[in-house]
Amino acid sequence: MKTIKTIYENIGLPRLIIGLFFIFLIVASIALGFSSAAIFSDVLRRWLMYGTLVLAMVPGIQSGIGLNFGVSLGISAGLLGSVLAMEISFVRDWPQILGAGAPWATLLLALLFGVVMAAFLGIVYGLLLNRVKGSEMTVSTYVGFSVIAFMNIVWLSLAFKNGELSWPLQGQGLRNTASLAGSFGGLLSNPDTVKATQPPWLHWLAFKVGGVTVPLGLILLFALLCFLVWLFFRSKLGIAMSGAGENELFTLSSGINVDQKRIQGTAISTILGAVGIILYAQTYGFLQLYNAPLMMGFASVASILIGGASVKRAKISHVLIGTLLFQGILVTALPVVNEVIEIGTLPEVLRIIISNGIILYALSKTKGGNV
Amino acid sequence: MDEQYLLSMNNISKEYFGNRVLKGVNLQVKPGEIHALVGENGAGKSTLMNILFGMPVIFSTGGFEGEIQINGEPTPIESPHKAMDCGIGMVHQEFMLIPEFNVTENIKLGREIGETTALSRIFGKSLEMLNWHKMNRDARASLDSIGMSNIEEYAKIAGMPIGYKQFVEIAREIDKTGIKLLVFDEPTAVLTEGEADRLLEIMRLISSKGIAIIFITHRLTEVMAVADSMTILRDGEFVAREEVKNISLARIAELMIGRQIDKLVDESVLETRELSEDRIALEFEDWSVDMPGEIVKGMNVKILEGEIFGFGGLAGQGKIGIANGIMGLFETQGDVYAFGKRLDLSKLGEALRNDIAFVSEDRRGVGLLLGESIERNITFSAMQIKDEFLKRIGFIKILDKAKADQHTRDMIELLDIRCTGPSQVVGSLSGGNQQKVCLARAITMKPKILVVSEPTRGIDIGAKKLVLEHLTKMNREHGTTIVMISSELVELRSLCDRIAIVSEGNVFSIMRPDDSDAAFGLAMAGVREEVSA
Repeated sequence: MKTIKTIYENIGLPRLIIGLFFIFLIVASIALGFSSAAIFSDVLRRWLMYGTLVLAMVPGIQSGIGLNFGVSLGISAGLLGSVLAMEISFVRDWPQILGAGAPWATLLLALLFGVVMAAFLGIVYGLLLNRVKGSEMTVSTYVGFSVIAFMNIVWLSLAFKNGELSWPLQGQGLRNTASLAGSFGGLLSNPDTVKATQPPWLHWLAFKVGGVTVPLGLILLFALLCFLVWLFFRSKLGIAMSGAGENELFTLSSGINVDQKRIQGTAISTILGAVGIILYAQTYGFLQLYNAPLMMGFASVASILIGGASVKRAKISHVLIGTLLFQGILVTALPVVNEVIEIGTLPEVLRIIISNGIILYALSKTKGGNV
Repeated sequence: MDEQYLLSMNNISKEYFGNRVLKGVNLQVKPGEIHALVGENGAGKSTLMNILFGMPVIFSTGGFEGEIQINGEPTPIESPHKAMDCGIGMVHQEFMLIPEFNVTENIKLGREIGETTALSRIFGKSLEMLNWHKMNRDARASLDSIGMSNIEEYAKIAGMPIGYKQFVEIAREIDKTGIKLLVFDEPTAVLTEGEADRLLEIMRLISSKGIAIIFITHRLTEVMAVADSMTILRDGEFVAREEVKNISLARIAELMIGRQIDKLVDESVLETRELSEDRIALEFEDWSVDMPGEIVKGMNVKILEGEIFGFGGLAGQGKIGIANGIMGLFETQGDVYAFGKRLDLSKLGEALRNDIAFVSEDRRGVGLLLGESIERNITFSAMQIKDEFLKRIGFIKILDKAKADQHTRDMIELLDIRCTGPSQVVGSLSGGNQQKVCLARAITMKPKILVVSEPTRGIDIGAKKLVLEHLTKMNREHGTTIVMISSELVELRSLCDRIAIVSEGNVFSIMRPDDSDAAFGLAMAGVREEVSA
C-alpha cells in the first residue's frame, strides 16, 4: 500500500490522468481499426519534432528565469537563419553545384545563422530578465508575443529571390508557409526524401520497419542534444547555473555571479529554441512564418510541466515524458475523435484545454513569491 | 485573592510541538501602573502576550495551561476580539496604520461614527454618512490626552516621522472606550533618543489616567526610568516580580542572564594552542556593513589565529551583519584583513578564496539548496571555488560523481547526518541534520577561518552538542580559527576564548567567558556601569 502511494506521489495527479488518457486513446484507436504502426510512427515523429523546443525549457528553468515563454525569440532566430540559408542556397545555386550535399549545407548554415543570432538575442534577453527579477514569466510572455509581431514586419519586408520563399508576383515579402521539399525538409526523418535525394550509404537516416517509420537521424540528433544538455548540467558551469536557479543567495555566497549565470542560461535556452524550430521545420517539411510560432512557447511550457517539471526544477526525463504525453495525445486524439464525434476542431480545442490547463495547474502549485 | 490586580495571569504554560516555551509563568499588573516585562530574546515574552490577546496561533497549536484573571475574575480570552472587549490594547512595534489615510481616519478606523441616512435605513449601517465633525473631535481629544497637540488630526500618515506614527497608534488605542491595559511591544526600538524620551513621558501620562501599561523592552535604563514594577522571564520561566525602586540595574541584568553554565563541550580535548597577539587571523578596521536591521557601524576587532572568538548581543544590534558582511551578501565599508591580506569584499567569493568559510544563520534562505541532494549541497562551494570534485573530459570539466559521493558519505559519517543516503533531498531533512549539512559544506572548503552564525538555532539538543563539539575539534586539531556569532550566551561562554558583545552596530565590550552574569547582562543591555563583584 505504501509503495503504491509513493509511486502515486512520484507520478502526480496530472501526469497520471494524462497518462491514462493517452493509454485510453491508443487502445481506442486500435479498437476503432486504425493501424497501430501508423499511430506509433506518428507519435514518434511528433515527439521528436517538438522535443528540442521542449528541451529549450530546461536551461531557462534551471538558471532561475522560470518557464521561458519567450522561446519564440529563439524560434524567430531559427526561422530567420533558415530563410537566409535557403536564400543563399538558391542564389549560389547550391543544388546544382553540391548535388546531394546541398540540403546538408543549407541545414548547417541555417543552424549556424540561427545559433549565432539566438546567442546574441539570448544575451540581450537575459539582461532584460535580470532587470525584472520576480516577474520573469510575465515579461517573457510579452517578449515572446512582441518578437512575433516584430518578425511579421521583417517577413513582410524581406525581398528574396527564392521562389519557394517569396510571394509569387510580388517583389517583397515571404510566404506564410514555405515548403522545404527542395531543401532540408525530411532530410533526417522522411524515408522517401532520404531515398530520393541521398546516396545509399546514408539510407539508414530514415527507414521503415514493418510499417513503422524510424527517423533514426533525427532520433540520434535529438538524443545527442539531450545528452549535451544533461552533460552540461553536470559541468562546473551547469552546476553553478542550477544553483543560481535554486537559491540565489546561496549561490551568491558561494562566490558566483548569479546574474551572469542567468544570462547564460537564457542564452542557451534561446539557442535551443532556434535549433528546435529548425528541427521542427525539418520534420514537418515546411517553414511556418508569421503568427504560426505565436503559441509554440505555450505548448513547450505545457509539455515540460506535464512531464513533471516545476517552475524551479526540470530534468531531461521531464522533457521526454512530457513531450511524449502531450504530443501523443494530440496525435491519437485526432482520428479517434473524428470517428466518434464529427466536430472538426475538437483536437484543437483539446490542445488548448490541455496546454492552458496544465500551465494553470502548475503555476497554482508553485509557492507564492518564489516563482 | 488578587483583588488589587487589574490583570493577573497565573501559572501559564505553553507548549509548541513538544517544546515548552512557557513554564508556569505568573504576571500581575495593578491598575494604572507601568509594569515592565523583561527577558532575553526567546525568554517567552511574545508568547505570553499572544496568550493575553487570545491570538489564533495559540489555539491552533493546542491552547495553553493556566488562568487569566481580570479584576480578580477568571476571564477566558479566546480571541483578539475578546481581548479588545476586556479593555486590552496593543501598540505594535511595526505600525498598523494606513499611510494614505489621515490621522482621524486611522484613529477611527473600524469605529467610525455615522449618521443615519435614507440609504442606510434601507441597506444597513454600512451606508451611514460619516460624522467628520465628531470623529475629528474624538481624534483631537485623544491626541491631546497624550500631549500631542502638535499633530494635526487631518494630516496624512504618509510622510510623518516614525515617532509621530507611534504616537498616532497610541492615540488610537486610547480612543477605544473602556481601555484599561495597554501593551507596548518594544516601542522605543525604532525611535530616536528624543522621541523615545517623549514616549516615556506619554507612558507616564497615560498611566496617571489610570490605564495600566505592560512595557516590553530590552533597554533596562528605560525600565529603571519609567516602570513601577517588573516581571523577569528567562527561558520561559518566571524568575521574579520586583518593584523597580527595590532593585538595581546590575541585579536585573543578573536575573535576566543568570543560569548555570552547562559545559556543552567536554574538557577532555587537550589544550595545546598558543595564542599570540602577533599572529592575527582576522582584523576589522573601521568596518561597516549595510545590512538592514543588523547594521554594523565602524567596528574594530582583532581575532587571533587559533582562537574561538564569539560575537554576542541582542537581536538587531548588528552581530548578524558581521557574518553577512564577510560573506559578501551586503555592502561593506572599511577594511578587513585575513592573515594580513586586505580583502576586497565587493568581489564575489573573495572571502572563500582566502580560506574563510561560513555557516549562515539563515539555513533555509542562504545556507542550503533545499531542492538539491545532500551531495550537491556539500560539494557545491568547494567545486566552484577550488575546482574540487571535477574531472576533465576533453575541454570541459565534469562532475566527478564517485569522488563527490565518497566525500559525502564520509561527511555523513563524520557528522552523523541522519539520512537515507547522499542523494536525499536536503529539504526533507530535519533542522539539525540540515545544519550538519551546512557545516559539512563549510568543512569541505578546508578553511583556515570558519565563521558560524547562529550555529544552533532551531536544532535539537543532540545535534547542538555535536555541532559545538565538532567546532571545538576543528579548532583544537586543525588549528582552525573560529568566529562564532550567536544569541545563545551560554554557548558562547562554554566555547569561546573571548566574547565581543555587540550593541548598536559596534563592539560594546570584549569579555572573558568567566566574567560575571551581571557584567554580561549589562553589556547586552548596552549599559556602561562599573560592576563590583
